[in-house]
Amino acid sequence: MSLSVEDLVVRHGLLQAVRGVSFSVERGETLALVGANGAGKTTLLRAIAGAHQAASGRVVFDGADLSGVPSHERVRKGVALVPEGRRLFVQMTVEENLLLGRTAGRSGDWSVERVLETFPNLKPRRHAKAGHLSGGEQQATAIGRALMSNPELLLLDEVSLGLSPLVVDRVYASLHGLISSGTTIILVEQDLNRALSVSNKVICMLEGRVALAGDSRNVSRDEVTKAYFGLHRKGAGGVPA
Amino acid sequence: MMNQIVQGILLGGYYALIACGLSFMFSVMRIINLAHGSLAILSAFALWLLASRFHISPFLGLVIVLPLMAVIGWALQRFLLERSARGGALLPILTTFGLAIVIDNVLFEQFGADTRSLAPFIGSLSYDSWEWPGSIYVGKLAVIIFVAAVVLLGGLQLFLTHTGLGRSIRATSEDPDTAGLVGVDARRANTIAAAIAMVTVGLAGAFLGMRATFDPYAGATQLLFAFEAAVIGGAGSLWGTLIGGIVLALAQTLGATVHPQGFLIGGHVAFLIVLFIRLYTSGLGLRGLLGLAAGKAS
Repeated sequence: MSLSVEDLVVRHGLLQAVRGVSFSVERGETLALVGANGAGKTTLLRAIAGAHQAASGRVVFDGADLSGVPSHERVRKGVALVPEGRRLFVQMTVEENLLLGRTAGRSGDWSVERVLETFPNLKPRRHAKAGHLSGGEQQATAIGRALMSNPELLLLDEVSLGLSPLVVDRVYASLHGLISSGTTIILVEQDLNRALSVSNKVICMLEGRVALAGDSRNVSRDEVTKAYFGLHRKGAGGVPA
Repeated sequence: MMNQIVQGILLGGYYALIACGLSFMFSVMRIINLAHGSLAILSAFALWLLASRFHISPFLGLVIVLPLMAVIGWALQRFLLERSARGGALLPILTTFGLAIVIDNVLFEQFGADTRSLAPFIGSLSYDSWEWPGSIYVGKLAVIIFVAAVVLLGGLQLFLTHTGLGRSIRATSEDPDTAGLVGVDARRANTIAAAIAMVTVGLAGAFLGMRATFDPYAGATQLLFAFEAAVIGGAGSLWGTLIGGIVLALAQTLGATVHPQGFLIGGHVAFLIVLFIRLYTSGLGLRGLLGLAAGKAS
């Protein structure tokens, strides 16, 4: 599995939300995308998942150009997104939401039972409507739904947003399990410490561009913070764009 | 009085059948199909043609007509509704309104203005009845229609809740963008939903033709009944459609006992009462609705 984003440009009407972004991710890597609100992280993730069409540039997954490929076909190819705000089907039960993740028909180890083992807090809520769940339970369901498609590339958009620190700990504990199992992950996260702790690559975006890219072990929190606010100077540990 | 109530409930089964497709299309695709009644009449004419020209019983004719209606639903969604929906919420309404006019006039050109019925082709079933205690006579056809409605609604409910395709259709109706992100082909789900809706319309058209007469312009009345039953029952709710159909039919039947013109008026009054109750309980209220309209106008 490899993902290559090449000079990607995505527009929202007249606004250019992503401006010529390029990077690549290899099998088993975890890439953290950080940046201020409006930096273009979510748009970039949604463009990779096929929810936004690129104005120019390419997303190449496993050697295949995904330009023009609709989102449901990308799921079939192994790309799954956990969207910001969870976007569960609130009229459906937890189990029904999870089963929907299997629509793409990819074979693999993930089943409803395994998701419930991974997220034990969902077990007693299996037949509850998704709209009646707590924030943490909803997030676990959203991640489980994406996992049910047996993805090769998992895109996680703001998984800790709106959750209590305790619940975030639980979600990240399950993410550690996924990472150690070899799942490739691109993670959008506002919490810099968490982002750096789980990832081996980091990209900081600013106004739609890559402001800093580097190895999570070699990039200091200070450098990322400076890039976050557009204060990064050349010669630091990361690679400024 | 008991007789009127029983007849009303049985008639409600037919209204549930005709409203089912309208409600289904609205809940999944958010499209109000104004050609709904005309498509039911198209189905009735197709069965009449098979029966009168080829001596195929209307019940056997369903084996031919229902798949044809499914194909019509597929084609309508793929080539007309899907495209018009891109132009906003109003365009599909205008498109289906235009489609109704086209269907009505093509039927008029082909079959003329004469009223037809499928009753002569189903033998004594059209007038046979059972006598229930209390000298209540219930038509065998009316019972068949009611049972067909319950079976159809129950079958649809099972399909939507217990099959992968049903879940995909529900997901598409709730959030088509997110449905795509979990691997659901929303376009395919909508097309299948339109085909299913047209099958229910075809069945309703068949029963309309068996229990009453029809002509090329009868679609508008059927659309009105379907719309009233769907709104009374709560658009998008399958079992609500059955309740809506029964309430509408009871109001019509009881209205007819008051005055000969009371059949239609009774139904309209029940529809308006439910509509106003819904407006007030939604918190919007008539004043709010008028305020909203005034705000939009300004």
